Amino acid sequence: MDYLQQSVRKAYYMAEMETRKLLHDPTELATRTIQPILWLGIFGEALSRVRAIPTHGVSYLQFITPGILTQSVVFIAIFYGLSTLWERDSGILQKFLVTPTPRLALVWGKMAAAGIRGISQIIVIFIIALILNIKLDYSLLSIFGAIVIVLLGAGFFTGLSMIIASIVKTRERFMGIGQVITLPLFFASNAIYPISIMPSWLQFVATINPLTYMVDGLRAILVTNSFTQLPLDIGVLLVFTLFISILSAYMYPKVVI
Amino acid sequence: MQQHNTAIISIDHLLKRFDSFTAVNEISLTVGTGEVFAFVGPNGAGKSTTIKMLITLLSPTAGDVLIANYDLIKESDKIRRVIGYVPQMLSVDGSLTAYENLLLLAKLYDIPKDERNKRIEDVLTFLDLQHVKSSLVKTFSGGMIRKLEIGQAMMHHPQVLFLDEPTTGLDPVARRNVWKHLLELRKLFGTTIFFSTHYMEEAEEVADRVAIMHQGNIAAVGTVDQLIKQTKKPNATLEDAFIYFTGTTIQETGNIREIKRMRQTARRLG
Repeated sequence: MDYLQQSVRKAYYMAEMETRKLLHDPTELATRTIQPILWLGIFGEALSRVRAIPTHGVSYLQFITPGILTQSVVFIAIFYGLSTLWERDSGILQKFLVTPTPRLALVWGKMAAAGIRGISQIIVIFIIALILNIKLDYSLLSIFGAIVIVLLGAGFFTGLSMIIASIVKTRERFMGIGQVITLPLFFASNAIYPISIMPSWLQFVATINPLTYMVDGLRAILVTNSFTQLPLDIGVLLVFTLFISILSAYMYPKVVI
Repeated sequence: MQQHNTAIISIDHLLKRFDSFTAVNEISLTVGTGEVFAFVGPNGAGKSTTIKMLITLLSPTAGDVLIANYDLIKESDKIRRVIGYVPQMLSVDGSLTAYENLLLLAKLYDIPKDERNKRIEDVLTFLDLQHVKSSLVKTFSGGMIRKLEIGQAMMHHPQVLFLDEPTTGLDPVARRNVWKHLLELRKLFGTTIFFSTHYMEEAEEVADRVAIMHQGNIAAVGTVDQLIKQTKKPNATLEDAFIYFTGTTIQETGNIREIKRMRQTARRLG
């Protein structure tokens, strides 16, 4: 119990420092607006005119907005592995590992930090949606639900990236693998088209892809307000994130060897 | 010179193998409480690997180690509470202020909330960094960064402070300043200082005892005077003692990663 309490408390300290860093230099948030603007403003606008993709009673722009939010969060999270390698090279990681801090706290700290940056993407997406007149549910309850899913999703992909970092050990290899993993995960999900139009093998991949559950949950909360699948979405993300936390806490310290 | 009667570090046949390569070959030594102990040798001699094991980052292949009477393998959590560590690389976060860098470590070392600010203020005053408390660390000079790192490592008043090549890349003035603070720290808290270096003159100047490490083995241990005497050369230096015991000079050997890291650190410290 003490281990868990310490892990939560110290993860909070790490996340607090990440927030302070963002406040010292918020320019990173500005640069992160470009990708969703391109996806929604160009890709989304263009494909919404084709009307070839079945979107179950919502506009195509509404359909892909949760997918683009997910993509932005996943891109932030997956490159936290890179920051792990940078921290290893600069000695910060070694210093943290020598303190009486549970390894789980270091992992949760990174996950929370990615989550905080991910939450900033909710604001970005909401602003873009307002400008492009994309109808979303802006109620407080929806915002809260979106935050929960973004935190879980960011947590899972941060944990995954830290595991990759502990295996590949160099920034160059990580960059290559990060790209190779991120894009297939995005395209093998329901982010920009529904699973029903995929070939059966890809449908199978989509159903075991955590990104699908993140998109599905955000779509239910922000667009369709149909909550029958929501407990499954949150449950899957929670289980995946907890599992990867434990695995990452075991593997992450090996990056210094 | 202080008295070092009780051993705070006892190393007995410490061995580290990476597959078939033996990085540290069954070394044994003791370090006394309050001692300034230098570990000298070229890159690749096994100094950093030994320190990594002593600070709980790396598991030994075999051997026994006691630090402050805690067993390295069975009580690593307790050891982490009584040691401080300053890595060779730059380990402060440039995107945070000096105060924030210290605050994070104070929190990670479980310093009670009502004591944190006083400790941070004391550390900043001790290291002459009070005037830059609220400045982002990326604006600091190399010497200031090293001092701040020492401040982070002393925040919890450790019994043993491990420093891996603490003055690499620093100019002589900054180097002297860093050591002035380290020796004051030993005087104030009785902190044992265990450091690795490849600068012979640094070890000669500040260390109570020196271990010469070569190819994973300890070639000799003793005070600088004892080591020099054994060379039987007039006006000999520690460098001569190193040659006498190892049959080679200190030079940039080591693997590419170590040399790259050392040069990166030197470059970043300006």
